[in-house]
Amino acid sequence: MPGADTLPLLEVRGVAKRFGSVEALRGVDLRVHAAEVVALLGDNGAGKSTLIKTISGVHQPDSGEILVLGKPVAIPSPRAASALGIETVYQDLALCDNLTVVQNLFLGRELHRFSRWPLHWVPARRRMVERATEVVRQLGTTLPSLHSQIGTMSGGQRQAIAVARAMVWGSRLVILDEPTAALGVEQTANVRRVIRNLRASGLGVILITHNMQDAFALADRIVVMRQGRAIAEMDPKVVTPDQVVGAITGGSAISMEP
Amino acid sequence: MMSHSRSPATPSILARLGASRIAHGDLGFLPVVFGLVVIALVFYNLTPVFLTPRNASNLVLQLGPLALLTMGMVLVLLIGEIDLSAGSVAGCAAVVLVVLLTRYGWPAVGAIPAALLFGCLAGLIQGSWVVFVRAPSFIVTLTGLLVFQGLQFLLLGEEVGALLIYDPFVKGIASTYMPHWLAWCFVGLTAIIALAAALTAPARNARRLLRLLLFPLVAAAIVAVLNLYFGVPYLLLLVIAVALALTLLTEHSLFGVHLLAVGGNAEAARRAGINVSNVRIRVFALCSTLAALAGIVAASRQYSVDSATGGGNLVLDSIAAAVIGGTSLFGGRGRIVGGLLGAVVIGSVSNGLDLLGQPAHIKTIITGLILLAAVSVDMLARRRRISSGAAGA
Repeated sequence: MPGADTLPLLEVRGVAKRFGSVEALRGVDLRVHAAEVVALLGDNGAGKSTLIKTISGVHQPDSGEILVLGKPVAIPSPRAASALGIETVYQDLALCDNLTVVQNLFLGRELHRFSRWPLHWVPARRRMVERATEVVRQLGTTLPSLHSQIGTMSGGQRQAIAVARAMVWGSRLVILDEPTAALGVEQTANVRRVIRNLRASGLGVILITHNMQDAFALADRIVVMRQGRAIAEMDPKVVTPDQVVGAITGGSAISMEP
Repeated sequence: MMSHSRSPATPSILARLGASRIAHGDLGFLPVVFGLVVIALVFYNLTPVFLTPRNASNLVLQLGPLALLTMGMVLVLLIGEIDLSAGSVAGCAAVVLVVLLTRYGWPAVGAIPAALLFGCLAGLIQGSWVVFVRAPSFIVTLTGLLVFQGLQFLLLGEEVGALLIYDPFVKGIASTYMPHWLAWCFVGLTAIIALAAALTAPARNARRLLRLLLFPLVAAAIVAVLNLYFGVPYLLLLVIAVALALTLLTEHSLFGVHLLAVGGNAEAARRAGINVSNVRIRVFALCSTLAALAGIVAASRQYSVDSATGGGNLVLDSIAAAVIGGTSLFGGRGRIVGGLLGAVVIGSVSNGLDLLGQPAHIKTIITGLILLAAVSVDMLARRRRISSGAAGA
């Protein structure tokens, strides 16, 4: 297992989160190392979304701690998560169809040529194109042109662009929420290649998925969540999909939690 | 703008006009330019006066307020909103200007900024209302339309009829012409800039070079024609300067990208860290400021203001002009140049029908039909765009 003995990129220790009377997270532990893909599986309401939103700064944990490279950190906002090198690609991708690939990659964080007002409105186009070219090549994805509007592109290409946007910022950890849902066979293959290239670039990846094939094809570790806890950690090379399904539904030997 | 041209682009005239894109349903400005040619030919056949330097000069002056208003409207439509109050704000700002000049004896140097500031404030208030109360801009600016129309009457006071302008500078805005040599200097400047752009462009291709050549040629043609009459009105310089500034803003600045992002997918823009509220308020302020400028120009042309200044169909014409120029009513798509071309379409039709002595109701009917034709062409082209796999916004 890559980097099992090194300091984890991200470590979540006993994180709990409660919304009113609902205990969404009841003390979750999770580790992600560099160059590792961790698949996070679980039924609806198992707490996957709450967990990633806590890691990406949308929610604040009630208790427990989050460590990045061994240091406890506070993640009060998505901006703070970005600053720590944690980028999240949500299922809706949050792309603008009427903008070009480059414009989408740098949206809201454009490189500019001057620092003073109002000259900071002048974009540093060449630098952005260079960085975008680099990232797109690293991801091994093919796009018609970095200057075409993305409304014309396929679901797989759009997913790749959203991942590329997470990478532009030199992130350490990319969280992907259902990246292959609603994609065709070929596009799914492309997105899988993109995820493998992310890992090859030394990034940690948390992959939230319902797709067992994705989990087995991509993950170095499978973590199963149920009722607000990470109840099982499995090696996809050892377990079978049936065992994972068993863990998700609670139908296996693992005892039901109250 | 780069295109998704799968067919090889040949460096011909057709390629310059975007022939390779047309197959994919991306018509660009082709329908508008074609429409303008048709309009010119039809009116020339009906009355040869239409294509005279004198009428061209008149047309430029008539177009001023509509062109300025349309450019503001394009900005608001780009972020997916609408500003129905623009005409009323124009009229009201014109009345503010003239009341300050004539009743209070302010100098132009104080009254013009005051009128522009009035427009800016009108936009700030309406934009803030849209953003903070989350009321639809249609309703907020409809309120603006009514309120500012009322305010215009209120400011004019009991006095019936027009309030005259005596200030020579304000009167001169829409009725002075630059010397012939100065106009040619501007053509020369255009040529130098186009040449510099052609030489410094990183990727040199025939289409780009031909497009750059278009600017000095069009400028030279306009100057040559207008110099046959009184010359180039300073008003044209004002309109072109505003158009250039807004084109830089929308197409070559980060603010322009944010503006398109807000129009294309506001939620994505917000999550990308763009201050969406800020962008929206700024755009409403900018649109209303341009409306105030349009009002000042309209007042200058009339040498007076009355309750009808900025009223009538002006605001609806500006929306129509923006749409004819390819601006989407759903946000995220449109260009300042397009709005300008759309304004020229509406302006020339109105001018031509005036020359033919047609009454106002015929003008509105024909303007409406042209709007319908423009939207239909766009919808058909869009359907083609979708079927060729290039949906776009």
